[in-house]
Amino acid sequence: MSQAKTVKLKIKRQESANTEARYDRFEVPWLPQMNIISALMEVRKNPVTCDSKQKVAPVNWESNCLEEVCGACTMIINGRVRQACTALIDQVAPSGEEITLEPMTKFPLVRDLVVDRSRMFNDLKTVKAWVQLDGTHELGAGPRQSPENQEEAYPLSRCMTCGSCLEACPQVNDSSNFIGPSAISQVRLFNLHPSGKMHAKERLEAVMGEDGVAGCGKAQNCVEVCPKEIPLVDSITQVSREATKHLLFGWLFS
Amino acid sequence: MAAKTAIRSESGKVRRVIVVGGGLGGLMTAIKLCEAGVPVDIFSLVPVKRSHSVCAQGGINASVNTKGEGDSPRIHLEETSYGGDFLANQPPIKGMTDAAPGIVYMLDRMGVPFNRTPEGLLDFRRFGGTLFHRTAFAGATTGQQLLYALDEQVRRYETVDVEDENGMAIPGEKMVRKFEFWDMLSLITDGQGVCRGIVAQDLKSMQIEAFPGDAVCLATGGPGIIFGKSTNSVINTGTAASAAYQQGACYANGEFIQVHPTAIPAADKLRLISESARGEGGRVWVPKNPKEARRGRDVPESERDYFLERRYPGYGTLVPRDIASRELFLACFHEGRGVFTSRTGKNENEVYLDLTHIPKPTLKRKLAGILEIYEKFVGEDPYENPMRVFPAVHYSMGGLWVDFERSADGGLVHGSPRNQATNIPGLYAAGEVDYQYHGANRLGANSLLSCIWGGMAAGPAIASYRKGMGKSAYDCSSSLFDGAKKREQDKYDAILKMDGAENPFELHGELAQHMLIDVTIERHNDRLDKVLAAIDTLEERSRKVNVLDTSSRMNQSAQFVRHLQNMIVLARVIAQGARNRDESRGAHFKPAFKERDDANWLRTTMAMHADGANGNSAVNYVREVSYNLNGQQVNVSDAVDVSLVKPRPRKYETAGAASATAADDKKAAPATAST
Ligand SMILES: Cc1cc2nc3c(=O)[nH]c(=O)nc-3n(C[C@H](O)[C@H](O)[C@H](O)COP(=O)(O)OP(=O)(O)OC[C@H]3O[C@@H](n4cnc5c(N)ncnc54)[C@H](O)[C@@H]3O)c2cc1C
Ligand code: SF4
Ligand code: FES
Repeated sequence: MSQAKTVKLKIKRQESANTEARYDRFEVPWLPQMNIISALMEVRKNPVTCDSKQKVAPVNWESNCLEEVCGACTMIINGRVRQACTALIDQVAPSGEEITLEPMTKFPLVRDLVVDRSRMFNDLKTVKAWVQLDGTHELGAGPRQSPENQEEAYPLSRCMTCGSCLEACPQVNDSSNFIGPSAISQVRLFNLHPSGKMHAKERLEAVMGEDGVAGCGKAQNCVEVCPKEIPLVDSITQVSREATKHLLFGWLFS
Repeated sequence: MAAKTAIRSESGKVRRVIVVGGGLGGLMTAIKLCEAGVPVDIFSLVPVKRSHSVCAQGGINASVNTKGEGDSPRIHLEETSYGGDFLANQPPIKGMTDAAPGIVYMLDRMGVPFNRTPEGLLDFRRFGGTLFHRTAFAGATTGQQLLYALDEQVRRYETVDVEDENGMAIPGEKMVRKFEFWDMLSLITDGQGVCRGIVAQDLKSMQIEAFPGDAVCLATGGPGIIFGKSTNSVINTGTAASAAYQQGACYANGEFIQVHPTAIPAADKLRLISESARGEGGRVWVPKNPKEARRGRDVPESERDYFLERRYPGYGTLVPRDIASRELFLACFHEGRGVFTSRTGKNENEVYLDLTHIPKPTLKRKLAGILEIYEKFVGEDPYENPMRVFPAVHYSMGGLWVDFERSADGGLVHGSPRNQATNIPGLYAAGEVDYQYHGANRLGANSLLSCIWGGMAAGPAIASYRKGMGKSAYDCSSSLFDGAKKREQDKYDAILKMDGAENPFELHGELAQHMLIDVTIERHNDRLDKVLAAIDTLEERSRKVNVLDTSSRMNQSAQFVRHLQNMIVLARVIAQGARNRDESRGAHFKPAFKERDDANWLRTTMAMHADGANGNSAVNYVREVSYNLNGQQVNVSDAVDVSLVKPRPRKYETAGAASATAADDKKAAPATAST
């Protein structure tokens, strides 16, 4: 082996959910400002494992924006869920330690590091995460909003459906249907908007009960892992309060 | 045999339109189609919410004039034409700039958290090529917010039933169906050359299927990955546009590739620092002393050369991108004045982009998104230290050729089936994949606008086309679809069997090197000849790759071989177009031909695919395209429609030069100058 600096990766490989998993080790040349994605890109140029010295199928992974705004590249890096594109090699493995990459566990596996997060997009349908528009034709300016309102909404609207919060949440598991923090936070976002509010009731009804706000076990793991620092616990608390209010007094107004 | 009804084919199937691509262009097209009662199938390589549009940072242009500066759509039109060095047809620009304020209002109604003024109105900032505050923004993640807003509206249509002619819901049929993780492989065209659908591959199961569609709209974004590292997302290989081109779609102005002046150099991607940094007051400089060893923050004001402001006092750091990138390149490459690092003893290819004079709370409110990127990837605090940046490939002005129908007042005939139509009947294009709105150089924050406007024009155009069509795609013989599917299956099977010596990812690296070095900021004919020769060899070698992975499930390597081959074909269109155009215009700059040459080159480059030697591709440049749209014969030449703003040399040294005639008109007729 030459003395040049290298990056060591240990990657969980699995053809599909019903086949055996294994770990492959790779070693690639280190480059300045390298992140996990650029290391994976190096691997596929020469996918030879350290142990077998044989060429294997290149690793499959998901990525797109490479600047932590699309959510695609979420995986488990050294046991912690995060985005691979912002995981800089020099920070994850400052002295060239081996880095372990695994797929998220709370979603069905597709192959290698790729999982199927479609449930998250379906959940957005369940909570009606949209403003009901009359149409896209010209109807003049939108409702006025204070800068404060914008400043509350903006952070919530940066959720990139990455799934980190679901992965970290103990309440999201095989035996529960808990919708998870991100969708609940979207309820808060749309119920804040001056015209989104008009359908607040339907959204609250969608997240009442065990599969909704009541499913939260207050572990607070979600805020720890959310890359966009979305105040998820606040969102759940607020939506929960609104939902209770609606449950108790909703009939008064309907 | 005409279709049974507007909704069902003769055989009773629900008649859908296919939109390939779920960025801003595709989603807007889909929404407009739904509003016209047309059900849609959307295909996308990634969940549409992760499309490349999510990356856009700075904002979207609209002359709303809330700052009382006298801005108007007429000025926006002029500055867009002028910024594009007059290569863009002006009626479509007029359509777009007239619609822009309405588009921003629509986005606001959808819930985009645009920044606000104290009065609760939309806030606007400055961008390049204009002196007006015309850019609406949501922090520095505007593209993400816009994409999410359209994504939400489309998601709602995924829950809306398709209704039959009597207003009854058709069981199991929703207005929008999404096919995410699907790759479009080719168009399906019938014996008359009419586009009848697509063949696509499921990227999880690798299953190949043929899908009928009464029309197809490509909204597949740009081809930046041809240049390897760029500001683009990794899926932007231009594969779908290349496939359509190889099936006879005209590709226009391919040689016009925008290089953005300010990005962060890195191993995998050149991350953009949006022009909004300069719009909010950021300044670009290099130390006067080329061997300056102090850190940027320690260099006193008097020892800094703000070279853009010095050379272009009229527009300063906000000169258009083609000019700014050339100036940065000049300073670093030719004058050796890039930032000096004592560690390496070298002048790096980097200049300072400095925001440190702006109060931190203002920066946080308006630019946090991009400063976070700088902090995360460079590990330096941009609130305290001037950032170090360099130009990067960013955007393609060129793309699929699309038509328009001019109205009496010089704009577009709304709903004309010719708008956004390619020369393949039934095939439309919208978004970065079309060539229409930006000429030789795009102004910042005009792309999000052109993508959305492209969709607003394409939706109604497709609805009209569909109304006027005879036989529905759903009534074409099944052999048409089976044949197309089999062709693609055979091609894919052949890829899986490839066991040559070449690594496809390495080949991509080589292609990118050639394109990056010789087909970006400065172009020389002798070097371009070498690039074209290299492309020839690469195309041959791309047929001798080793596919590396033969799995029948999600197989990214096999998929990449296909994308690579399509990239090579488009690279040739770009490089050959650059070789042919002996002039300098906008982003296309040849030191040997420094002047713009309107007499010979004020015309659209129209490329048609042809077969070349040794099984390689070749490009056939034409002066006219013609096609037949529901019986109407259309012929369009390469002349540029400059009927609204007369071409003149660009002079960004002088303030107001880009809007001079609109300003004159305004003095003459103040009542008509704004809407
Ligand atoms: C970093 C960055 C910042 C930017 N900032 C700004 C800005 O501030 N203002 C501005 O106006 N512009 C900006 N731009 C430009 C602008 O973002 C893009 O031009 C625009 O988003 C393109 O949108 P689109 O709808 O055409 O395509 P995209 O958003 O690229 O979407 C393309 C879609 O096509 C799909 N697709 C592609 N190929 C296939 C295939 N073969 N099969 C199936 N689906 C396919 C993809 O999955 C995707 O859904 C920026 C660009 C970058 C790179
Ligand atoms: S809330 Fe945060 S962690 Fe959860 S999906 Fe959204 S961005 Fe990811
Ligand atoms: S690739 Fe988009 S978040 Fe990492």
